[in-house]
Amino acid sequence: METYYHPADLGKFAEMGKGNKELWEKFQNYYAAVFREGALTEREKALIALGVAHAVQCPYCIDAYSQACLEKGSNVEEMTEAVHVACAIRGGASLVHGVQMRNVADKLCM
Amino acid sequence: MASSLKARGNLLANPSEQLRVLTRTDCIVPFEERMRRAGLDPLYATGITVFQINVGKLCNQTCRHCHVDAGPDRRETMSRETAELCIRALAQTEMAQVDITGGAPELNPNFRWLVEQAKALGRHVIDRCNLSVLLLASQADLAEFLACHEVEVIASLPYFRSAQTDAQRGAGVFEKSILALRTLNQLGYGRQGTRLLLNLVCNPVGAFLPPKQEALEAQFHRSLEREHGVVFNHLYTITNMPISRFLDFLRETDNYEGYMERLVNAFNPAAAAGVMCRYTISVGWNGTLYDCDFNQMLDLPLHSGLPRHIADFDAGLLHQRRIVTCNHCYGCTAGTGSSCGGSIA
Repeated sequence: METYYHPADLGKFAEMGKGNKELWEKFQNYYAAVFREGALTEREKALIALGVAHAVQCPYCIDAYSQACLEKGSNVEEMTEAVHVACAIRGGASLVHGVQMRNVADKLCM
Repeated sequence: MASSLKARGNLLANPSEQLRVLTRTDCIVPFEERMRRAGLDPLYATGITVFQINVGKLCNQTCRHCHVDAGPDRRETMSRETAELCIRALAQTEMAQVDITGGAPELNPNFRWLVEQAKALGRHVIDRCNLSVLLLASQADLAEFLACHEVEVIASLPYFRSAQTDAQRGAGVFEKSILALRTLNQLGYGRQGTRLLLNLVCNPVGAFLPPKQEALEAQFHRSLEREHGVVFNHLYTITNMPISRFLDFLRETDNYEGYMERLVNAFNPAAAAGVMCRYTISVGWNGTLYDCDFNQMLDLPLHSGLPRHIADFDAGLLHQRRIVTCNHCYGCTAGTGSSCGGSIA
């Protein structure tokens, strides 16, 4: 079935360098530096990435960082909690805008 | 308990069928070609420091990833005569390390004799132990025997939690492993200030590469000590080799091509230069010589012109032999590399 998302496209990510090699290389270097062990471990960073992948709902990122989390030593329980963190923040972000709704309603209503 | 591929009549019980699958995988560059590009083909040994003896396929467990296809139903076991030939070969050389594996090597009736003889020759002896064997009634004095002879124990434990460990090694194995580790700790194994080395070995519980060894070791130390009061010396990570029961798992779960691609894309020339076959000789239960335990399970003997049996052992010919490789070797060269002593690069 035709679909916008093809799993094999993840392996073609580097083709983005063909349009602008300089920007691609800068992105690559930045990306590698971000995920290098620092104040946070590589394992912790992979769990954050997995949560963000779910928040932005990127199937390529979910594929890549599910594997990366396992390869950094995380287990499915930890990965599930990372997804719940993303879910809570996304849900909370919607809900907290309810305050704006209340502000507007308070202003308009008698 | 699951049964061996052989007991199930699975085609992959036959090494030639495994090699057929491995060599007909279109999505990957042949290993020899990849090594050639890295300037490492042909691959030669650099001397032998590890004498690895596989004493047979009998095991009290049937782990899902086992490259030996070992299990309680297997009867292949090294005879006393072959064990004596091993010790004779050992005595002719200065190979420092004797690495005894299986199956569960302790179930071979000649295991303790081999240990005693190798120690009498002044060699360092390793027992690759599945831990649960220490709880068998027939092995009640095994831990004391190992401690008495200062045998290094390299014990399999894929994760510090029961769900993952039992998924790979069988129901209840984690709990048994913890009991066995506590027994070893009580004898001084894994504790500072003793000569009793207790190292753990971890294979990933699935179709992915192992974590960085140092990072995972820290997690294991924290979790095992805090939650179970267990201590150990070091953790070795080992990549699952795409052969035998793990190959069957990969194919059954439609992970085979993805896993092979993962191994190939992670090819590391530095790891390839340090693979353990370069300093190891492996002997099978029937005395046949191989470059490594994986080649042994694929029935890939040494190159022609070299001694093929322990009775013909000739260190001079074997020290700088050309090594037999195939696509399964990607398992040892991916990422930080993989060996019986953990990561390489």
